[in-house]
Amino acid sequence: MTKEYETVIGLEVHVELATKTKIFCACSTAFGSAPNTHTCPVCTGMPGSLPVLNKKVVEYAMAVGVATNCEINQYSKFDRKNYFYPDNPQNYQISQLYLPICHDGGVEIETAAGKKTVGIHEIHMEEDAGKLVHDDWEDVSLVDYNRSGVPLIEIVSEPDMRSADEVIAYLEKLRMIIQYLGASDCKMQEGSMRADVNLSVREKGAEQFGTRTEMKNIGSFKAIARAIEAETARQIDIIESGEKVVQETRRWNDEQGYSYAMRSKEDAQDYRYFPEPDLVPIVISDEWLQQIKDNQPELRDEKLARYESEFGLPEYDAQILTSEKKLADLFEATTKLCEKPKKVSNWLMGETMRLLKEHEMDAADLKFSPANLAKLIEMTEAGTINGSVAKEVFEQIFASDVDPESYVEEHGLKSDNDEDALRATIEQIVKDNPQSVEDYHNGKEKAIGFLVGQTMKATKGKANPGIVNKILKEIL
Amino acid sequence: MANVISDETMEYVGILAKLELSDEEKEAAKKDMESMLDYIDKLNELDTSNVEPMSHVFPVKNVFREDVVENGDGGEETLANAPERRDRAFVVPMTVEG
Repeated sequence: MTKEYETVIGLEVHVELATKTKIFCACSTAFGSAPNTHTCPVCTGMPGSLPVLNKKVVEYAMAVGVATNCEINQYSKFDRKNYFYPDNPQNYQISQLYLPICHDGGVEIETAAGKKTVGIHEIHMEEDAGKLVHDDWEDVSLVDYNRSGVPLIEIVSEPDMRSADEVIAYLEKLRMIIQYLGASDCKMQEGSMRADVNLSVREKGAEQFGTRTEMKNIGSFKAIARAIEAETARQIDIIESGEKVVQETRRWNDEQGYSYAMRSKEDAQDYRYFPEPDLVPIVISDEWLQQIKDNQPELRDEKLARYESEFGLPEYDAQILTSEKKLADLFEATTKLCEKPKKVSNWLMGETMRLLKEHEMDAADLKFSPANLAKLIEMTEAGTINGSVAKEVFEQIFASDVDPESYVEEHGLKSDNDEDALRATIEQIVKDNPQSVEDYHNGKEKAIGFLVGQTMKATKGKANPGIVNKILKEIL
Repeated sequence: MANVISDETMEYVGILAKLELSDEEKEAAKKDMESMLDYIDKLNELDTSNVEPMSHVFPVKNVFREDVVENGDGGEETLANAPERRDRAFVVPMTVEG
């Protein structure tokens, strides 16, 4: 008989903050510039340079702490974490060990297993490292310090999660809170949100935790789920065969579907932290903290409730629209213009989501303006264009934010509402398809669908299907 | 001397600091470290249970910058120190992933 095991998971989540400048210098955080463009003596660790803390970083960190029910340390300071690696020109990372800015919070998550709270041990501020690109051909690595000194917060959870489902729910929750605060765009694919997974297994009902391993920098929700499954199975195998799990850092290879231990000698996890002498303590007054609390925007859960009560949307719609801040923003702005919340919701949940999936894009990448979607909805409602044309026009709005009015005008897509001309077309189609007419009279309701289809084809899709149906039934 | 630094500790500290020391240097470093630890023991004789830990020698707090970009393209100046470069990047010996 096999024993039953329980997986115990805690996460360290790194989030790049949406500041304009780096954490300790006035270099830009802009993405995608030529290597080393945004560098200066501070973020490249030149001797004699002095870091000065970006106030916005402290405010974002406080806002995230407040939104995740943390206590704020009103006396906080930085420490040095020492390690050697070419991505880190100072040979130390400025981080917070002893007095992190936030501690002892938690967020509520919901999965098929029910609701639970995942505790947050602490949130601290630190700087990101540079980027290494490996050239296997020349056997060298290329170093770009544009990311060096970009502000991060690290959110350290308690070991409160028991399944991949719970981990994903927790990450989604954090992502939404942080996006709504505007503190980060939290794009996992681009690395602005990254998770390290601490995992151990134990026999169900055991009091003590098992020995844990850490898997670093896993790049997507799907990869995290796969890594958790594989690591759980690996640890159970070790325990079942009577051996002991070794505490170590492992790297997950998502393409190959396995993890391997990082060599411990070179990666000795002994960072010899000490207080950062170049930065002074941060003292947060009651007034400053209150100001942050007063300025917290409407978060997801509040928005969700409001969409149901204020706009009368079904819970399902409200869930999807609020799942991405960008979608919620588009929904609110478009609804303000055309005052048809359910129609707006349908476009966002239907066609928008379909096209996002088709183009493998994130909602955050949506570029179209609320005005153009509002116009499209008005035109469809007024019968200026029919449903299938509207979808075609929407693809253009989605791709390049075209003005639907001029697009429809230019491409001659207006609905054919001239009933006399339409009636003549339909009469011809009825004449040409006696078999369908006979089927219809013999009770085959479906036959009318074929005739409608033929009519739409003849009018190049511009006829109003409702009117076509009506005329057809009259003729038949 | 009360404190003794073992060969293993010396070896480990060397790995952390990425230093390769000769046997003579190791012995000298051991002696230095032992006397430093003795000095710390001396300090520990003082009762500090009622003293707040000091994190900074100056009575200064809250020195901040506003979030405004002031630095332009610092690439050339940064790369002036590169022993080897390719276009705009530093070239270093291949670092093994992980």
